[in-house]
Amino acid sequence: MTTTPPPPPRPGPVSGRGPSDFETGLAASPQGVARFEAPRRTPLAGIQHLLHATPTLVPVIVLALSILVFGLIAGERFFSPFNLSLILQQVSIIGILAAAQSLIVLTAGIDLSVAAIMVLMSVVSGKLAITMGVPAPLALGASFALGTLAGMLNGLMVARLKLPPFIVTLGTWNIFFALNLWFSGAQSIRSQDIDAAAPLLKFFGNSFRVAGANITFGSILMVVIFAVLWYVLNRTAWGRHVYAIGDDKAAAELAGIRTDRVLVQVYALAGFICAIGAWAAIGRVGSISPQSFYEGNLQSITAVVIGGISLFGGRGSIMGALFGALIVGVFQSGLRLAGVDVLWQVFAIGWLIIIAVAIDQWIRKVSA
Amino acid sequence: MTRTIRAALTCAAALGAFSATPAAADAIGACLITKTDTNPFFVKMREGATAAAAEKGITLQTYAGRIDGDVENQIAAVESCIAAGVSGILITPSDSRALAPAVTQARAAGILVIALDTPFEPADTASATFATDNFRAGVLIGEWAAATLGDAAASARIATLDLNASQISVDYLRNQGFMTGFGIDVKDPTRIGDEDDGRIVGSDVTNGNEEGGRTAMENLLQVDPAINVVYTINEPAAAGAYEALRAMGRQNEVLIVSVDGGCPGVRNVAEGVIGATSMQFPLRMASMGIEAIAAFAADGTEPANAEGLDFFNTGVTLVTDKPVDGIPSITSDEALGLCWG
Repeated sequence: MTTTPPPPPRPGPVSGRGPSDFETGLAASPQGVARFEAPRRTPLAGIQHLLHATPTLVPVIVLALSILVFGLIAGERFFSPFNLSLILQQVSIIGILAAAQSLIVLTAGIDLSVAAIMVLMSVVSGKLAITMGVPAPLALGASFALGTLAGMLNGLMVARLKLPPFIVTLGTWNIFFALNLWFSGAQSIRSQDIDAAAPLLKFFGNSFRVAGANITFGSILMVVIFAVLWYVLNRTAWGRHVYAIGDDKAAAELAGIRTDRVLVQVYALAGFICAIGAWAAIGRVGSISPQSFYEGNLQSITAVVIGGISLFGGRGSIMGALFGALIVGVFQSGLRLAGVDVLWQVFAIGWLIIIAVAIDQWIRKVSA
Repeated sequence: MTRTIRAALTCAAALGAFSATPAAADAIGACLITKTDTNPFFVKMREGATAAAAEKGITLQTYAGRIDGDVENQIAAVESCIAAGVSGILITPSDSRALAPAVTQARAAGILVIALDTPFEPADTASATFATDNFRAGVLIGEWAAATLGDAAASARIATLDLNASQISVDYLRNQGFMTGFGIDVKDPTRIGDEDDGRIVGSDVTNGNEEGGRTAMENLLQVDPAINVVYTINEPAAAGAYEALRAMGRQNEVLIVSVDGGCPGVRNVAEGVIGATSMQFPLRMASMGIEAIAAFAADGTEPANAEGLDFFNTGVTLVTDKPVDGIPSITSDEALGLCWG
């Protein structure tokens, strides 16, 4: 709180209606009304404040910078519409998993089972449609229902049994992985067999060409999922409840939010998104492979963290996870085209994660 | 702390071996430790071991890592087997070097350790190695690819889709075998990527699955869209590579070669997805391993290696429907009766 500087001294009393004698002493003192004023910030604190207000800004800047840098290093090949659309295509499955992961992380949870649910559901729909001859739409419907149920199982254990999300999903990760191996017999279902029996399963592998870019339906699906979730999280009461629970569960409960119910719904929705991801993954990989995406859970968490969504819950935009996934994709493509060995790609992603979390911690320390 | 545990386990092992002596008369114990229990290759191996063990009256315990490269679980499995006082261990090491201390410990406890499929480094870490000649497997597909291309082999554009960044023995043996068969100077035969032959476009890793195969193929096609020969570490990676090529409409202009002989892979040879693959025989590896353990338990004979090799060769056969002169091969039809998984 500060005060304005004193106004210039007034001329002396003109008539009897001027200030009384005892008031003349005030003439020299400040006359303004007390008011608030934003403190003068250093440029760095200004940035900190800006990032606190718009947390998606960091991943957007990093994405833009990395595209620029890799464009300079790897040259035209990197910048070609085809390569950029290829990056989009390559990150689409991890991106969809990251969308599901973001929902959980926003409630201050974590889900280690996302990829296991996804692979299990791709095996379920494949086995039903190809080995058992169930019509493809029914097989997909069954996988959606089971995926939602699998997510709900996680949610019930977190919300009702009050078990830590990390432990619950560490358990179900193993459980779903084992079920996947049992149900698939650890055998891939070949691309040609899918084409013959149930081409609908590969729907999201279809693509069209625009100005040299090759856009798959799976890439579009990923963007649509993010757009829908962004709307739900920011423009509906339910979405605000998700943020409120992640920020302070007790306070949310006191405000009248039925936190347990919302939590179960969040986990179930994540399971449903994983099942949609399973459909997209069949299109992307071509075959149904019980051994793919083994580290998908960690890759989805990587995308979420790099995207600036706080692991402590309640802060960050879901769009950040999309940018996070794209940043990883741009790094991998750029380093590959620049001829960098695989292990240095892993090295770079590792630093990205740590830097992203360090920035998040710094932003959290923002002063009002 | 680890040291204490190790010491305690060695003690336990010694005690186990001691107390197991009277029991050994009724039942010989054996362990099978595979890289994973997910890959049909190891499933077949377990079938072979289980059947042979039942026939010989051997009690078999099976263990597996969670994923390829899971060293910790394999070390724990070796330690459990030592503690159980078994006569022999069959193991497919997830890491050719990292498992050496555990294996040395087992041999010190008087256990016959046989490496299956993947040799240790050095190979004499284990008492014996029963394996596919992976280098030979690579040579066969390399020679086949060069002979199929004919004169065009001199201007081939080659991509190699390998396993992972660790470059374990099976990974470089197949890769370098392929290069040797194709007629490329491999420089250091234990190192992928040190070649300077201009025909090589590059290599990428696949983790041996379809998703990795597709992504790696896409990446290499970005480096050079004219690639026309693709070596793959195994058939799932080959299936993924084919999807990437098909998405770019180039599947008919590219030769894909692979190694394994899994049934989906053989069907892919029949349909022209894979040009040729080198088939290996996991069931035979495991059953021969169990027989060796039975012989060792009976009178202490240790298995001998094949002449000129530091391992016992369990055989490799080229599978292709486009045979070339001078390279013996079988057709995909014949291979379907022999394939695993």
